[in-house]
Amino acid sequence: MLRYALKRLLGAIPTLLLVIVLAFLMVHAAPGGPFDDARVLPPETRAALEAAYNLDAPVYRQFLDYLSNLARGDMGPSYRYRDHTVSELIGNAFPVSLKLGAMAMLLAVGVGVAAGTVAALRRNTMLDRIVMTFAMTGISIPVFVIAPVLVLFLAVKLQWLPAGWSGNEGMARFVLPVIALALPQVAYIARLTRASMIDVLASDFIRTARAQGLGTVAIVRYHALKPAMLPVLSYMGPAIAAILTGSVVVEEIFGIPGLGQFFVRGALNRDYTLVLGIVIFYATLVVLLNLVVDLMYGVIDPRIRRR
Amino acid sequence: MNRGMKVSGGILLGIIAVAFIGPLFSPHDYLQTDFDALLQSPSSSDFHIFGTDDLGRDLFVRSMLGVQVTILVAIVASAVSLLIGVAYGATAGYLGGRIDAVMMRFVDTLYALPFIFFVILLMVAFERNFLLIFVAIGAINWLDMARIVRGQTLSLREREFVEAARLTGVSTARIVLRHIAPNLFGVVIVYVTLTIPQAILVESFLSFLGLGIQEPQTSLGALVDAGVNQMEGASWMLLIPAALLAVILLCFNFFGDAMRDAFDARDEK
Repeated sequence: MLRYALKRLLGAIPTLLLVIVLAFLMVHAAPGGPFDDARVLPPETRAALEAAYNLDAPVYRQFLDYLSNLARGDMGPSYRYRDHTVSELIGNAFPVSLKLGAMAMLLAVGVGVAAGTVAALRRNTMLDRIVMTFAMTGISIPVFVIAPVLVLFLAVKLQWLPAGWSGNEGMARFVLPVIALALPQVAYIARLTRASMIDVLASDFIRTARAQGLGTVAIVRYHALKPAMLPVLSYMGPAIAAILTGSVVVEEIFGIPGLGQFFVRGALNRDYTLVLGIVIFYATLVVLLNLVVDLMYGVIDPRIRRR
Repeated sequence: MNRGMKVSGGILLGIIAVAFIGPLFSPHDYLQTDFDALLQSPSSSDFHIFGTDDLGRDLFVRSMLGVQVTILVAIVASAVSLLIGVAYGATAGYLGGRIDAVMMRFVDTLYALPFIFFVILLMVAFERNFLLIFVAIGAINWLDMARIVRGQTLSLREREFVEAARLTGVSTARIVLRHIAPNLFGVVIVYVTLTIPQAILVESFLSFLGLGIQEPQTSLGALVDAGVNQMEGASWMLLIPAALLAVILLCFNFFGDAMRDAFDARDEK
């Protein structure tokens, strides 16, 4: 198991390097520099600014410097938030996003697995069709449509829940963003669970258990759930990426001061270092979480480890 | 053709037809502002059947323009992803062996990346234009296509007609283009109907964030974004484009799913 883990960890390094190189080159291939839109600068000031941001060195030198700073957790200064480094900004904003994302993920897995299992057990009934129609709708409709419509009806019209972030305290302000973020994933996980649960329930060992007189609840709980979870587990990687993407929109709509909001602001302001830093941070996060999912797969399904 | 396909396909054709023909019958165009008719709710007066926006522009014409742009971007982006995916997948599958292993390993590596962030980076770094949006969206959607095409090619290249072509001295490039590619058509067509909604999603996501289609042009994502800002006083500005986008995506997904079931062209995952 340890060897397997180490092998996977080493396998992630080329991916991470590719991310950094791609992102770095993209930003550097950009026409125009970060100081172009300000008033025309005297040549000396410009040269001093470029030297301060290490922009006068050759590109490969800049890249190596960036890489060695990155290894120490330093992503350079932000171009727009002049008093902050990119690492500081990410460090401040990430905890909020993490909380939001973790809650959405828990909700998605919990509700999705439950709904999918019920649909599989009540296959081809009205209940099944309702769950599956809901799931298709949830998969198709993007977060940036679901979120404002939820706000319009539940917050603006009915006033049951707060619409914004600032000016509200406690858990109530998490409710709408978390639901909006989780809904498409609930739908997807419900579909996956239903399909794999139907497969598992048709297998021989379940028939044996049933023949021995075990009840439905016990069969699902002790025999069917674990094998039926494998496809859901392999969907966790894409789900994490989708929740990260969704959080960009959700934070923008609800005004949540998380990483996604900084990312969009940075993108609109052409804050190159901030955007570059956040892309690298997100990509690293996704790659590492994928690694964790892979390892979990090995823990749950021993057949994987032996390969 | 099952019923789901007919219904969803019919709705889609209807929306697209209205989107391209409808504006011709409206007295308004998508640019014309009217400061005497700001934020009017939908009514038959002065043909503002979807109401007007905060600049007094007719929302029906703008929504239909949004549908046009969204559909066009999606089709062109899918074509880009189709070209890249088929070329890449067919090459990897046909050459096989070590080259195939390296090429597919590269695809696996790309799979792990949160691509949308790279697209945003691309949008930040370069001038935003239509062409770039097409290419960027196509460039992130080709991975699945490449995998499916490779799987098909692996089995195709063992067939007699390919062997016959090889024995008569046809070049590798020509075999891939003239003998393999045409036989991939069925699978590819089914899969393209599933990439179109993905492309729509990416385009409207970017436009929603203000990084895609720029004013005064518009797309459904940009209209939803504008609607969010006006939703307290003018909920139709949000609900109409949101509903259009939702229905279009739902129909494409239903259609693609039904088509995949009908032809059972599943990739071997």
